[in-house]
Amino acid sequence: MKMHYGFPIIAGLLIFVVAITAPFAVGKAVTKQYKQPEPKKVVGEKECIESVEFMRTEHMQLLNEWRDWALRDGKRIYTNHAGKQFTISLQNTCMKCHTNKAEFCDKCHNDAGVSPYCWDCHVQPEGLK
Amino acid sequence: MKNSRRTFIKLASLAAATLAVAPKAMASSGGHEPVSVNPKAVHAKQWAMVIDTTKLHTAEAIEKLAALCHADHNVPTVQSKKEIKWLWNDTYAHTFPEQENPHLAEEVHHRAYALLCNHCENPSCVRVCPTKATFKRPDGIVAMDYHRCIGCRYCMAACPFGSRSFNWEEPRKNLDLTKLNPEFPTRMRGVVEKCNFCVERLAVGKMPICAEASEGAIVFGDLYDPESPVRKVLREKFTIRRKPSVGTEPCVYYVI
Ligand code: HEC
Ligand code: HEC
Ligand code: HEC
Repeated sequence: MKMHYGFPIIAGLLIFVVAITAPFAVGKAVTKQYKQPEPKKVVGEKECIESVEFMRTEHMQLLNEWRDWALRDGKRIYTNHAGKQFTISLQNTCMKCHTNKAEFCDKCHNDAGVSPYCWDCHVQPEGLK
Repeated sequence: MKNSRRTFIKLASLAAATLAVAPKAMASSGGHEPVSVNPKAVHAKQWAMVIDTTKLHTAEAIEKLAALCHADHNVPTVQSKKEIKWLWNDTYAHTFPEQENPHLAEEVHHRAYALLCNHCENPSCVRVCPTKATFKRPDGIVAMDYHRCIGCRYCMAACPFGSRSFNWEEPRKNLDLTKLNPEFPTRMRGVVEKCNFCVERLAVGKMPICAEASEGAIVFGDLYDPESPVRKVLREKFTIRRKPSVGTEPCVYYVI
């Protein structure tokens, strides 16, 4: 059986396959290896509000609950799972240990492509300019 | 199975019964109650304020208190109709339009009156807020949860006292950023704001900053505690409130 327009079809298919697999073939050479962000270590304190694993994945949930507890329920003391108590406050608790927003919060957030709007109102520890 | 329908109904009702008790059982498991009130906090059924206008009646004196309040809460200074005010002052006619008689005692007529949110018992702003950003706390404070404010300004239309201000522009543009109170947030463009009766101070056992600095001219306390300082003044002195006929039951009283 004779194929009509055989050459352009095969050539077109070839170009398509090469184009679609190109990222896999040359990608490694072009793109950088992804590196875990390295937020600044806290000096002088060993433990966060909760475990590091919990904070890493759930801090936004915790902050969300914190603001409802503080503002809507009027309860401003948080007792963690180890029984230790903290004052519920973004500026006066979190940021008293994590004293550099740019080197801590932003390090991860830039990589993850999130920009929490909290800092439109909350004052970061570095101060405002 | 012969009894299949009977067993099914029995099992279903058993399941329904567990549904009723399960949430309680789960809530009590672990016994971890994560939040509590600061033991130093002060409480009331309805916080209220009495302003003695025989002692506090000049614009300068009120502006001094306002400056303290505004610095503490990072309130921007805007000199126009877009002004942001938590504590301000005005004339007798504007403060008590319903109690304006002809030939009023001149001295009373010429006083400046300190104005702030009245933390009404029956607040119209709370009724109209579509997101419950403005709400009444169990201690009577009409509080704002800025995180929920969408800037619709219904509350401003509803408030008979002009106690609310809208941030037409970025408030940080009109704040001295080197003198911010780092303990308190600012607000952002597009939200409404007002006096909060210093909830953040009451939460740690302190009195509102204006009352504290007023040298006795502003008394603060529980309206429903007959022994409170507020009730003591109300028993002894003649007081009036702003626009009582509107029916919002303001909790700021003025000794005349
Ligand atoms: C008492 C000091 C302290 C307070 C208060 C505190 N943290 Fe931490 N935080 C730490 C320490 C210490 C670590 C562990 C850092 C490490 O091991 O590298 C940490 C870790 C974290 C991590 C994980 C970082 C990582 O490397 O994965 C996040 C996210 C975090 N904190 C957010 C918060 C938030 C949000 C708050 C407020 C709700 C807060 N922290 C309050 C001390 C604190
Ligand atoms: C270990 C990395 C890491 C650190 C450190 C970190 N975050 Fe995050 N944060 C994330 C990630 C990832 C997300 C996005 C999660 C998602 O979108 O599901 C996020 C989301 C958030 C959100 C929700 C944003 C949104 O738009 O939903 C808030 C609020 C937040 N972080 C606050 C903070 C604060 C405050 C700090 C500093 C005290 C901080 N985070 C430090 C990784 C981090
Ligand atoms: C429109 C301004 C605004 C924005 C945006 C905002 N906040 Fe707030 N926040 C406030 C104000 C005002 C308070 C009240 C402080 C008080 O009463 O002590 C507050 C209180 C809180 C509190 C409880 C008390 C305290 O001192 O921290 C938490 C927690 C909080 N905010 C978290 C957040 C987080 C997380 C975000 C971002 C996702 C955020 N806020 C965004 C204005 C804002």
